[in-house]
Amino acid sequence: MRVRIPDPLRSYTDQQKVVDADGSTVAELLADLDTRYPGIRFRMVDEQNRIRKHMKVFVNDESVRNLDTEIGDRDEITIMQALSGG
Amino acid sequence: MTTTFVDTLDIDEGPVLLAGTRKGAWVLAGDASRTSWKVSGPMFLGHVVQHMMLDPRDGKTLLLAMRTGHLGPTVFRSTDLGRSWKEATRPPAFATGDPLERSLNAVFWLTPGHSSEPGVWYAGGSPQGLFRTEDSGDTWEPVSGWNDHELWATWAEWPVENTPDGSMLHSVIVDPRDPAHLYLGLSAGGVFESTDAGNDWHPLNAGCLATFFPDPEPEFGHDPHCVRLHPLQPDRLYQQNHCGIYRMERPEGRWLRIGDNMPREVGDIGFPIELHPRDPDTAWVFPMDGTDVWPRTSPDGKPAAYVTRDAGDTWTRLGAGLPERAWFTVKRQAMTVDAGDPVGVYFGTTSGEIWASPNEGASWTRIAEHLPEIYTVEYADPARA
Repeated sequence: MRVRIPDPLRSYTDQQKVVDADGSTVAELLADLDTRYPGIRFRMVDEQNRIRKHMKVFVNDESVRNLDTEIGDRDEITIMQALSGG
Repeated sequence: MTTTFVDTLDIDEGPVLLAGTRKGAWVLAGDASRTSWKVSGPMFLGHVVQHMMLDPRDGKTLLLAMRTGHLGPTVFRSTDLGRSWKEATRPPAFATGDPLERSLNAVFWLTPGHSSEPGVWYAGGSPQGLFRTEDSGDTWEPVSGWNDHELWATWAEWPVENTPDGSMLHSVIVDPRDPAHLYLGLSAGGVFESTDAGNDWHPLNAGCLATFFPDPEPEFGHDPHCVRLHPLQPDRLYQQNHCGIYRMERPEGRWLRIGDNMPREVGDIGFPIELHPRDPDTAWVFPMDGTDVWPRTSPDGKPAAYVTRDAGDTWTRLGAGLPERAWFTVKRQAMTVDAGDPVGVYFGTTSGEIWASPNEGASWTRIAEHLPEIYTVEYADPARA
């Protein structure tokens, strides 16, 4: 399925804005994403499997925090990151 | 003194400085006289670079600890002085399923391991975790003897954040005589020692004040800002603490407040302390204002380093060339010395300047300005062709 990648993580995807990844849950999708683009997962999910504080994962238009959220082939995943600070 | 920005850095015969800032990293290379400098960068523009160290054992492996705004922390590696970088395959992290549910917010400190253990490095984190690699920074493991110590949460005052940017572990020191003999500092928490390669630890704070407690001499809970061991006299430690400048002689293990010998109007509060590479009696500090609400800028707006050449009995002001009035801060990783004779002393400021002295602090010249807030300046001696 299609995964939209935010600017700060595109160094991992050769600057691609949209990439493909597979999985039946958000956790599986992020694991597959990390296989394809090593290192990207830990920048947005911590070692206790929590989505980092200012990262957001949208399944279609819905923001999810639970990595066990089920997803389907027709869902579109958007990863976003706050850009606050000075 | 001249400074030139270059796209490709050719290392001259002089020292190399690794500068990490709140917004990226730069590398500076001096000529043999240390009066002409070339600067390359920025690398990782916009990323928070907490520490950058070259491995003195091979003169080649460069590690950089960073995070990016709201992204998680990681370590990058270079073997060509920053021309190309590769991210650690497994960056420092607490164990998944950790009973305290800790996650690493930042890699704060990097220390190359013992000369007999090539490839070993230690990393200190925020919160106060300790991590180790055996493959020059590619894969890291938590040091369980520290992170899972039954008193860790007590020593680290978990989950209280005791500094504005979060409590951190720093000043990881490996005894040059024994790779199993380790020290580390917690801000806050104090100084701790291990004699069994990090399997067990004990506090090492006797004699050191912690005036922010009802009992000003607790067993732990102190705030060491920077701890150094002299490589030629490994039984001697120096410490710039939140509550003064101290020296310790082992095996006695009691801190002596040598900062009491600083001028009263200046005080003995600061972040960094740096040691002469060949003279265990010589150390440099950069005092800051620790009065009132702790501005942490130079006392009375008059920046100067201070040097002792008698292990702390007396101190001399070193301000020639520095601004008469300025209000910057020099952070704990932002002062360094080279191996020259006389020793070159360098520091970076929160106002984005790097100052150099080729004569042990007798006079200072600004060699870089208008950089972002500087977090770290480290001397490096890369292998040369």
